[in-house]
Amino acid sequence: MRHILFLIAKHASRILLITLAGGFLAVALARLAPGVDEREIDTRLSDESRAAIQQSHDAERNVFHFYWVWLGGLAHGNLGMSQALNRPVAELLSERLPVTGRLLGWGLLTGWGLGLGLAVPLVFLRGRAYDLGASALAALFLCVPAAVLALLFVLLRAPAALALGLLVFPKVFRYARTLLQQSAALPHVLTARAKGLSSIRVLFWHYLPPAAPQWLALLAVSITLALSIAVPVEVVCDLPGIGQLAWRAALARDLYLLVCLTGIVTLATAAAKSASELLGETLRPLS
Amino acid sequence: MIWLRNISIGILAAIFLASLFAGTLAPAPYAKQFRDEPDAAPSRQHWLGTDDLGRDRFSRVLYGTRISLLLAPAAAFLAAVLAGLIGGVAGYRGGWTERGLMAAADLVLSLPWLFLLLAVRALMPLNVAPIHSVMITFFILGCLGWAAGARVVCAGARSLRNSDFALQAQALGCSETRLLLRHVAPNLRPILLAQFWISVPVFILAEANLGILGLGVSEPVPSWGSLLRELEGLTAISGKPWVFVPLLLLIVSVTSFQVLLMDQEMPV
Repeated sequence: MRHILFLIAKHASRILLITLAGGFLAVALARLAPGVDEREIDTRLSDESRAAIQQSHDAERNVFHFYWVWLGGLAHGNLGMSQALNRPVAELLSERLPVTGRLLGWGLLTGWGLGLGLAVPLVFLRGRAYDLGASALAALFLCVPAAVLALLFVLLRAPAALALGLLVFPKVFRYARTLLQQSAALPHVLTARAKGLSSIRVLFWHYLPPAAPQWLALLAVSITLALSIAVPVEVVCDLPGIGQLAWRAALARDLYLLVCLTGIVTLATAAAKSASELLGETLRPLS
Repeated sequence: MIWLRNISIGILAAIFLASLFAGTLAPAPYAKQFRDEPDAAPSRQHWLGTDDLGRDRFSRVLYGTRISLLLAPAAAFLAAVLAGLIGGVAGYRGGWTERGLMAAADLVLSLPWLFLLLAVRALMPLNVAPIHSVMITFFILGCLGWAAGARVVCAGARSLRNSDFALQAQALGCSETRLLLRHVAPNLRPILLAQFWISVPVFILAEANLGILGLGVSEPVPSWGSLLRELEGLTAISGKPWVFVPLLLLIVSVTSFQVLLMDQEMPV
């Protein structure tokens, strides 16, 4: 019990550190990058307005100061104001997080379903033609840009989550195939098969449990991948989620929004990775 | 699977050569507008028709292929050099240097690739000359793609640091710099080469994604990414099949790279 508590504390501190570092990286990039806020050179605005915009940026120019102020606000539940959309960042996030959550949920479910659905029969059928066919299908989706597939899905009026699932599927399939093939060669699996155990029983009792940490790691990787793919999918399919918001924030150089989004995305990926590692470490003695 | 590998090499060589001789093969410069024939269907004069600005699509595909196929390896080279430097130093020095540099790699890896790419590209100036947009796009790809490679190189350098020949060289009074450059770095070459080949298709796809999102190579310079933007104007898939040629070319090229990567032995 004490060991598990120690592990939880270790991973929680790691998540916090990575998230803080991710937020700082976003602030530093946004402030030090060579581009400018286009409003500063917009001739339609009055001299006073442009001077005020420039002054507001001068206050943000000191990266450490800005980051410190932002963290102070965060501690009080204030995520700042989006400059581009003129709305509180917290409000924007609460509106858009469920959209991305649903997209990721369905996409991951589809990707894992397809990946495992094609990889599991491979171990039992052992057919070369099936292996080639499934691998070719995975390779095809690995070679299509996410934005193009999303665009094709818009033209076909197919759900965006399916596009995301098809882009996650090759990674899941390839890794699952290797993992299952490795498990198939283990002595206890060979013994179980020789004793005439049913395929289902062999799969759930002897294939999957020993590789539990690796499956969990794959889950964490697929979440990061899905978050990455969500950006072009949401932009192309016009889904009002976090990915589309990130695109808008990046184009408008919306500092507060960009920092919050980077923090959230970093938090999500770091949490997924830590949770998979933690579960893997907990399950290791059992497997 | 040697036959499949040979076919892939043949396809890549054909595409690469065609793009290299774009100046000779293309019927018109990539930016030349045939104002009387906007959005034309394929004909003897324009093999793949023209785009909505009347530019010859076949010429643009050839020039776009040249840009994507030359600059993605250039970006991959930059990423491999950075991975070699950062991973090599981290693995060789060990201790806090390794921990610090690998923490930085972890941070970069913890951010989803396209999200990171999008954010960094948008933070660079967007209204720049087309040729600068090409440089910026591929420079960013190269600068951000080092992290995964650095981890692999770091592990390799760490094992080389503790190898017998490194210890013997140290015992003979070999300086650290000489040891790193003459003994460790040459042994890291196969790892770096593998990282380079892995990065090329990844960068081709990343450029295509950025292009469609409007953050890649800007007009009128063509690249696979900017050519794919034309698909946004489609209302039905069956409408103009010739518009899909750049996509087909991209898929065939990336697939060929993937086939080559299936083997451990990389083509040099």
